Amino acid sequence: MKKRIGVFVCSCGSDISSAVEIDAVTAASRRMPGVVYAGDYIYWCSKSGQQMIIDTIKGERLDRMVVASCSPRLHEGTFMKTAASAGMNPYLVEIANIREHCSWVHKDKKEATVKAIALIRAAAAKVARNQELIPFEIPVVPRALVIGGGIAGIQSALDIAEAGYQVDLLERSPSIGGRMAQLETIFPEMDCPARILTPKMLEISSHPDITLYTYTEIEKVTGNVGNFDVTLRLKARSVLIEKCTGCGLCWEKCPVNVESEFDEGLCSRKAIYIPFPQAVPNVSVIDRASCRWFRQGDCAACKKACPPGAVDFNQRDEFLEKNYGVIITATGFDLFKPDTLSQFGCAKHPDMITGLEFERLVNTSGPTAGRLIRPSNGQVPRKVVFIHCVGYHDEKERKSFCSRICCMSSAKHALLFKERYPQTEAYLFYENLCSSGKGFEKFHRRVVEDYGAQYVRGAVSKIKPEGGKLLVHGVDSLNGQELKIEADMVVLAAALIPRSDSLELARLLGIGTDGNGFFSEAHTLLRPVETHKAGIFLAGACQGPKDIAEAVTQASAAASKAIGLLSYDILVSDPCVSQVNSSHCSGCLSCLHVCPYGAISEKIIEERVRGIVFRRLVAEVNEILCRGCGSCTVSCRPGAISLKGWTDEQLIAEVDAICL
Amino acid sequence: MSIKNNFEPLIIVFCCQWCSYAGGDMAGTSHLVYPANVRVIRVPCSGRVSPNLVLRAFQRGADAVLIAGCHPGDCHYISGNNLAYRRFHLFGSFLEFIGIEPERFGFHWISASEGPKFARIMTETTETIRSLGPNLKLRGQR
Ligand SMILES: Cc1cc2nc3c(=O)[nH]c(=O)nc-3n(C[C@H](O)[C@H](O)[C@H](O)COP(=O)(O)OP(=O)(O)OC[C@H]3O[C@@H](n4cnc5c(N)ncnc54)[C@H](O)[C@@H]3O)c2cc1C
Ligand code: FES
Repeated sequence: MKKRIGVFVCSCGSDISSAVEIDAVTAASRRMPGVVYAGDYIYWCSKSGQQMIIDTIKGERLDRMVVASCSPRLHEGTFMKTAASAGMNPYLVEIANIREHCSWVHKDKKEATVKAIALIRAAAAKVARNQELIPFEIPVVPRALVIGGGIAGIQSALDIAEAGYQVDLLERSPSIGGRMAQLETIFPEMDCPARILTPKMLEISSHPDITLYTYTEIEKVTGNVGNFDVTLRLKARSVLIEKCTGCGLCWEKCPVNVESEFDEGLCSRKAIYIPFPQAVPNVSVIDRASCRWFRQGDCAACKKACPPGAVDFNQRDEFLEKNYGVIITATGFDLFKPDTLSQFGCAKHPDMITGLEFERLVNTSGPTAGRLIRPSNGQVPRKVVFIHCVGYHDEKERKSFCSRICCMSSAKHALLFKERYPQTEAYLFYENLCSSGKGFEKFHRRVVEDYGAQYVRGAVSKIKPEGGKLLVHGVDSLNGQELKIEADMVVLAAALIPRSDSLELARLLGIGTDGNGFFSEAHTLLRPVETHKAGIFLAGACQGPKDIAEAVTQASAAASKAIGLLSYDILVSDPCVSQVNSSHCSGCLSCLHVCPYGAISEKIIEERVRGIVFRRLVAEVNEILCRGCGSCTVSCRPGAISLKGWTDEQLIAEVDAICL
Repeated sequence: MSIKNNFEPLIIVFCCQWCSYAGGDMAGTSHLVYPANVRVIRVPCSGRVSPNLVLRAFQRGADAVLIAGCHPGDCHYISGNNLAYRRFHLFGSFLEFIGIEPERFGFHWISASEGPKFARIMTETTETIRSLGPNLKLRGQR
C-alpha cells in the first residue's frame, strides 16, 4: 500500500529558521517519496502545535510522520505520544535533527538548508519502512530480594518493607549486621553501633513484611526484571531456629575452640556458637567443619545441654525456590590482607594489626573487654603508629582506588587510643588525606589539636621488630627528615576490597564488575545504583568503598528504584528488540556469543519438507532480556536476525537517502 | 558538483544514540561550528553498525565514513563498542588492502560530553578529505 507520510518542519522560534530556509525545506519535503503532507510551524512541540499535528494526521489520513526539529533526545517521546493520541502507532514516527545537528552548527544558510533537506529525506526513507511495534507487558512479582544483611542491605529492606512490599533479606553468615556490627564507634559523630545498629537489626526480625534468611546463599538465578526465579540454599544450621532460645548453655558445654571470625581471630569461639551478643537471629549455629560430632561422631555435649532440644545433627541444606520482581545486591567488602613482608620488609608480627582488629581490641564487648593491649605481651602500648592506605595503589595487586574510609578510620582509632590512654604517643603516616565527608575536616583537626596525635606526611619504608618493639622507619616528605619510631604497636589501615567471591555472584546474577572487582553500576554519573541488568540494583560497599552514611544513602536510593518498579503491576518494555527469522537461521549461533545479556539461546525446531519432518537447531531471542543493541544482527551469517526499529532495510534506506 | 575545483566531500557518521549522538547534540548546544559536509545517522549502539552499511555509504558516494561510539567501558550495552572496534579494526585493514585510503574511514570514541571533540573530528575529517579528493573507487552512480 502506498505510504502516507507527513513531514512537520519546526522553526523552533528562530533557532532553526535563522540558519535554515524553512520554506525551501518544506517545499523539498513535499516532493519526497511517500510524503503527502509537509508543513511548518513555529513550535510543533507546543500544545497548539501538537494539536495541529493530531488534526493533520486525522485530516490527511497520515499513516506515519517525520518531525524535523530539535534532537530526538529531547522530543522524540513527546511526538510519539502525540502520534499515539491521533491513533498512529508511536513507532511510525522519526525525528530529523535539524537543530543541534544543523542550524546550530552551520553558518552558511545555503549549506545548512541542503543538509536539513538530506536529513529529512533520510528520516522519511526510514519511516517509510518502519513497522508498527507494540511494547511487551511483563507482570511484576511484588516481592524484593535483598542479598547481604550489612547496614546497606538492612536499610534497603526496611525502606522497601515500609513502602508496603514484601522483602526477603538473605544473609550468608549466621547473623545480619555486617562489618558495622564489628566496629567500636562510628566516625564522625562517634556513635555506638549497639545504639544505632541494633534497633535496626531488631526491626528487621520483627517487621511483618520482611522474611529473614540467615546462613543462606544464592544457588541459582534465572528470569528477568519483574520475575526473577531464584533458588536459595538454606544451609543446615544444625539448630532448629524455632526452638533455640539463645540461652547459651550449648556453647558452655562445647569442648571445641575455634578462632572467632567476628573478633578477627583475636580470641576463640566454640564450634556451636552465636557470633556476637546482639546477633539477629539470636540462635546458635554449628560450624560443622570444627564440630566433634561431625568430625569424629563422639560428642553430643551441646545436644545434651540444650533445654528445648533445638540441636539437630540430621538437618540438611534446604533448597527454596522463590520469585522476585527486583533484586538488590548489598554484599559489602572484604579487607585487604597486608603482605607486610613485601611492603615493610618484616613478617607479620602479632603487634601489627589491621584497623578492624583494632576495632575489636578496643571494643567493650570484644575479646579484651575494651582494654587495648599488645597481642604479644598483653601490655597497653605507649607508642602506636597508624599507617594509612595499606594496599591502596598496590601495583602487584592491581588495586588503584581509594578506600575512602581509611583516613577517617585511622583518625578515629588515634582518637580512641589517645582518649583512653592520654599519656601516650600516636603517629599517623599518610600520603594523601581524604576528608571529603561532612564534618571530616573538623574531625581530623580535633584529633590533632585536642588529642595531640601527630600526623606525618610520608611513607613507611621498613618495620623491624627489635627488643620487643617495632622499629618503624619512615620519611617525613614535607621536610625530608628521616624518622625512626620505636613503636609498641602498628595499626595498618588495610584497603577495602571486593568480596573474594564477588565474581561468582556477579556471574550468577548476570551483572558486571569493574576493573577492581566491585560490582559495576550502569552509569557512574547518571545511573549509580542500577546495574546493566534491568531490575538488579546495588547498595553499599559492594559497588565500591563507602562509609556508612554513603552506604545508607545508596541503599535508600536502590530501595526507591526497586519500589518504583514494584509499584507497577505490569512493566512495559521497549519493543525494539532482536528477532530471529528461523527459516533463514543456519544455527551457527554466532549471535549467542556476542550477546552481552545472554538473551539468545538455542532451540530445536521441526520443519516439514515434502512430507518429511526435519529437526533443526536455530537461535532464539528472549525478548525480555534483549536490550536492543543490535550486535547480533551484525554477527548473523545468513542475515536471519533483525533488530526491530533498526532493521537493515531501514538503515540502508537511510544511507541511500542521506547520500543523495 | 564539479569534482576538481571546489570539491565538497560528503561525510557519513554513524553515531551510537547514547554517547556520540549526544556528543553531536552537545556540539550543537554549544554552537560549535563545523562543516555542513557531515551527516549523522543515528544507531542504537556502535555495535549495530555492519560493514555492509559502511560499504553502502561508500557506494552511494560518501567520501568518508566514520563510526562513533561510547568510550571503552561506557557502552550502554556493556560491550557493543568493543565488538564494533574489533570488527572495524579488521574492516579498516581490509579497506586499505583493497585500495581505499585509510583516511576515509575512522572509528572514534566520543562521549556525550565531548561536544568539542565531536566538532573537532568533523572539521579535521572534512579538511583531510577535501585535500584528499573524492572517493571514486567505490562510488556507484550518485
Ligand atoms: C576498620 C574499619 C572501620 C570503619 N569505621 C567506620 C566508621 O567509623 N564510620 C563509617 O561510616 N564507616 C566505617 N567503616 C566502613 C563501614 O564498615 C562500611 O561503610 C559498611 O560496613 C558498609 O556496609 P555494607 O552493608 O555495604 O557492607 P558489609 O558491612 O560488608 O555487609 C555486607 C553483608 O553481606 C553479607 N554477604 C556477603 N556476601 C554475601 C553473599 N554472597 N550472599 C549473602 N550475603 C552475603 C555479609 O556477610 C555481610 O553481612 C569502617 C570500615 C572498616 C574496615
Ligand atoms: S551504546 Fe554507545 S557504543 Fe554501545
